Parts: sequence; C-alpha cells; structure tokens
Amino acid sequence: MPIDKFRILESTYVPLPAENVDTDQIIPARFLKATDREGFGENLFRDWRYAADGTPNNDFVLNKSEYSGKILVGGKNFGSGSSREHAAWAIHDYGFKVVVSSFFADIFKNNALNNGVLPVTVSSEFLIKIFQAVEKDGKQKLVIDLQNQSIRLNGHVEIFEINSYKKNCLLNGFDDIDYLLNKKDKIEAFEA
Amino acid sequence: MEPKTLFDKVWDAHVVEEIEGGPSVLYIDKHLIHEVTSPQAFTGLEQRGLKVFRPEKTIATPDHNIPTENQHLTIKDELSRKQVETLTANCKKNNISLYGLLHPYNGIVHVVGPELGHTQPGMTVVCGDSHTSTHGAFGAVAFGIGTSEVEMVLATQCVLQPKPKKMRITIDGDLQKGVTAKDLTLYVISQLGTGGATGYFVEYAGSAVRSLSMEGRMTVCNMSIEMGARGGMIAPDEVTFEYVKGREFAPKGKDWDTALAKWEELKSDEAAVFDREYNFKASDIEPMLTYGTNPGMGTGITGNIPNAENVVATELPSFKKSLEYMGFGLGDKLIGKKVDYVFVGSCTNGRIEDLRMLASVVKGRKKADSVTAWIVPGSKQVEKQAQQEGLIEILEEAGFKLRQPGCSACLAMNDDKIPAGKYSVSTSNRNFEGRQGPGARTLLASPLTAAAAAVTGVITDPRDLF
Ligand code: SF4
Repeated sequence: MPIDKFRILESTYVPLPAENVDTDQIIPARFLKATDREGFGENLFRDWRYAADGTPNNDFVLNKSEYSGKILVGGKNFGSGSSREHAAWAIHDYGFKVVVSSFFADIFKNNALNNGVLPVTVSSEFLIKIFQAVEKDGKQKLVIDLQNQSIRLNGHVEIFEINSYKKNCLLNGFDDIDYLLNKKDKIEAFEA
Repeated sequence: MEPKTLFDKVWDAHVVEEIEGGPSVLYIDKHLIHEVTSPQAFTGLEQRGLKVFRPEKTIATPDHNIPTENQHLTIKDELSRKQVETLTANCKKNNISLYGLLHPYNGIVHVVGPELGHTQPGMTVVCGDSHTSTHGAFGAVAFGIGTSEVEMVLATQCVLQPKPKKMRITIDGDLQKGVTAKDLTLYVISQLGTGGATGYFVEYAGSAVRSLSMEGRMTVCNMSIEMGARGGMIAPDEVTFEYVKGREFAPKGKDWDTALAKWEELKSDEAAVFDREYNFKASDIEPMLTYGTNPGMGTGITGNIPNAENVVATELPSFKKSLEYMGFGLGDKLIGKKVDYVFVGSCTNGRIEDLRMLASVVKGRKKADSVTAWIVPGSKQVEKQAQQEGLIEILEEAGFKLRQPGCSACLAMNDDKIPAGKYSVSTSNRNFEGRQGPGARTLLASPLTAAAAAVTGVITDPRDLF
C-alpha cells in the first residue's frame, strides 16, 4: 500500500496511560473477518470504547470530548501480542498519524511503519510529562518533526530513534515492496 | 572465523543485502499463510499487477476463523466463509498448495508445518501470525510478520527486517514430575515479563531444554513472543533429526544425508557472545498458572497472587485493574478456585503429546459436571493419531468430546467463545482481556493442569492426581 508522506505534525493528542496495551485490545479478533483494509477504525479499542450492548463507555478516552488529535499516546509496551496488522490499520483508519510510547512491541512497530503511522519512542520521564500536560489542558499540543527526529512538548524537546531507511521511506512515501521489487535480480542471484 | 550464535548462522546465510542504517533483505525459505492475515496481501499484489514470485515456497491452511464442528457443512458465518473462500481462490489462482477444511493435512498452521516436515533446521520461516516462533524449535529462524510483509514475501520471497539482538536463556537440571514444557515457558515469561525480550531473538539452551521432546520444544519456542521476543530457537540435535526424518516433505535418500550434514553444524559456537543471558534452574519450576491479563502474570500453582508490596509501585494500578477484570484479589490463593471452562488446544498445546497428557490424567476419572470442556486437536493428523492411540476413547469415556481442528477458543474468532465473566483454564498462549470472548477470564496452564481442572471443577495441582 502506498503510504502517506510524513514531515512535521503539530497536533493535540489523546492520552491512553495504560501499560501493555495489546493488539487484542486495539482490535479484538472478532473484527478481523474482513478481506479488505477498510473500516477498522470503527472498532478501534472496541471493548474499551463500547459496552457489550454497543453504548459508548464515557470513561474511555476516545469518547471524552476534551481529547482529540492525530496523535495517540500510550503507556509502556504498546502493541504487544498478535501480529495482526489490523491493529495498525485501525489506528490509521481512525485518523492517528503518530503513536507515542516509552516502549513498543516489535511487530507492531514494523506494522505501523508499513502503514505510514510513525511510532515515536520517548523516555519514561518525557512520557509522564506528556500525560500530565494533557490532563491539565486537553488542547495541549505535541510537535513531531521527522526530519530532525524530534518531539516537542511546550519547551521540552526529545530526540527519537528511527533507522535511516525507514525515515527515508516515510519522508518520501516510499514503501518496502517497491524497494524489494527493484532488487529482483539480486534475489534471483541469491537463489542460484 | 568469528564465533557465531546459532541465530547468526541461520540469519547470515539468508541475507541477500544489507541496507546502510536500515534493515536486511532476508530470503525466506518457507512462507505459511492462513485466511485472516493474507487476503489484503493478495489484493495488494493484484493492484500492483504482480504474481506470486515463488508459489512452491508457500503453503496455506485455513485455521483461525473456521468452525470446529460440522466442518463438512457450509460455514454459517458469512464473513468467515468469505475469508476461507478468498484463501481458496487466491491459492488456486497462484498455484499455492492449500490444505483446506477436511483435507487430511488441515490444521493450525504451526502444527501443520512441522508435522508434515515443511519446517526444517536452518530454514527461515515466516507467517502472518506472531506464534510463527514455534518453528524455531527445529533450529529455524522463524518469526511472525504483518500483512504488508506477507505481501512482500509473496512478491519477492524476501522481507526487510532489522537484525534483532541475541539472548540466550539456559535452563539446566531436571523438571519435576508433573512439570511440562508449558510450565517451563510460563515460568520464564513470569521472570522476564511481557516486554523482557523485546528486540531480541532468543536461543533456549541447557539440559532441561535438551531433554524436551519436539512437541515440548515447540511449546517453549511458541510462547517466546509472549515476552516480546521476535522469535525463539533451539539448536537441532538427534531428537530433532529423528522427528523430521521420514515426514512427507522432509528430504529423502541422498538429499537427507546432505541436509543432515549441514544441520549438524547448526549450534552456537563455544565462544559466541550473546547480548543478554539468563540462567534458570529446572528444579525451581512447579506447574504454573496465570492469574492476570498478560502472560507474564503467572505463578506456581501452589502460590498466591502477589500482595501489593510485591508489585512494583508504578505498575500497581495496571496490576489491580487486571485483577479486577479477573475477579481476583491481591494475595488470593489459586488452588480451589472455581473453573467453568477448560480449553485444551491451540498451537501451543494442541499436539499429540498434549492429548496424551490430558488422557493420562483423565483416564479412569469423569469430567466435572460444572465444567464445559473443549478439546480441540491442532490438526487432522493429530486427530487421526489420537484416534489410533485410543485417546479419544479414553476421553469419551470420561465425558469429553473432541471437536474438529482449528484455532478455536484460543482467539475466539469463530463461535467457540467463553462467556463473559466465566473462568477458563486454557492451554493456549494469551490471557488478554477478551481474548477468549468478550469478558472471558483466562488462566493459562499446561494440559496436565487443564485436565486436573476439568475433572475436579476447581484449580487443582495435577501432581495430586498422579
Ligand atoms: S492457535 Fe491461537 S495462537 Fe496459535 S495460530 Fe491459532 S490463534 Fe494464533
């Protein structure tokens, strides 16, 4: 899938201070029956967002009017569990372009990057600041600058890691398959 | 030559190209696909006007989303049926071998690969499923991938992967009677936590690991992902070769000899350096049980749920929330707690040896009336073998019924859902909130512990029943 280009994003954000948010919570298995990539956003965090009878759970962050934005901020070990890319699709489809956490599970990180969702790993101290700031003011913003690999909250700035290959892909909207397809000769030579 | 780990040896032999400051282009020997994570990959391929590059290196089996009863009938759930039909159509169009419903080789993808000899030492194996780590039990580099990566493999037989760091977990000594591979793995996860191996590829070593059967080794490697590891692997040895030999897709005759000579080289060099090492004693491990909503929240079965002072302060809110979901209290004793459902199956514990363990406890006893038990073999082959060994008879006499193979209540995508609030002792691998159905409460355990719960109706130390 061609991915969106990413440069700088300034946005309000949605805090989800739970730890070990696993992909079964992000999108429960019973919503994985589709054969296309559309519409998963509707069921993002389904069982936290809605009661069994379908009424919205007002305590859940996505249902609180004070929070909005294109950035989701989660607790430590975000995206653990199943390899379902549907989790990244659901986050993307809902409208998030960035997920911030102090620690990401590996497969989720790959899946997010492959869908143009930028996972930003910050220190646990910075993460606490982010949560505290939005608690005081839901209109608080974060600025994510991919070129400079920086995340800014008011005056605080942190640099985040991303490998230069993936950075380049996101900056330019390239995807891995295009890259690999250009390597066909090399792959065939390897097989021989 | 620089000393290498087992992982390095297999990985390095598959690198087509290394990208500066980025991932490696890794060649894949075996690609397994199923109905849930592949349809969008085939669509992507078509949209790009591409064909499957090496169809003979891919095998397909529907497993996640299929019914485990009346498989001869049309699948009732429309969306599930469409997924299975889409897989069938995609395989047909692209010349991919498919073990469809009722095919003698159908089953859970991670049970099928090894039992047919598709999985072999030294291979790279991927599947759009995190428990692909199972195949590492053969000394393969095997890991789960997302759907975009499935598309990459279909298109080029390669994935782009950053090379993980290396961890070795050594467990020495003898496991006590009644302590299984599942207990060993739940113990390690309880020690390292769910993120403890994130970024690493794990090699399991030590005499306790060596003494495990292939089934047991698969159980251990299977759950590597539960501590965040990219995968787990065990150096192949006589046990491995013995298991692989003669299987349908294993090398034969001269090819076998050539392969074997190579496989015998697959071990970490003495001087190889790991980024991280852990050592455990097998004698410290008892039958294990989880009490929370991630697989790291486990304890020996005779133990109690930790008290507040034994939990890291910053983690206490999550910990309490998890216990609340489970309906348990801090410090609770586990033995004697009521059980409503027992699930024996999944790619962790749905193999023949697991059914043998179950039958060994159940024999001469009766299923507790209050318990609903779902026994789901991992594949048609397992089902057949259980029949031949007379296990099904033993189970039926005790009031159990075998369902048909599939992932079933491991992830509850089909109708096999544990009702909200009910307690399920499950031999699967994940106890996340709602994993076995919305509101379901899962306690992960070995087949022996599951069997003990099924015949007593409460959490019971299986060692008390020997
Ligand atoms: S049995 Fe469970 S863990 Fe294994 S492949 Fe099926 S759903 Fe995944």
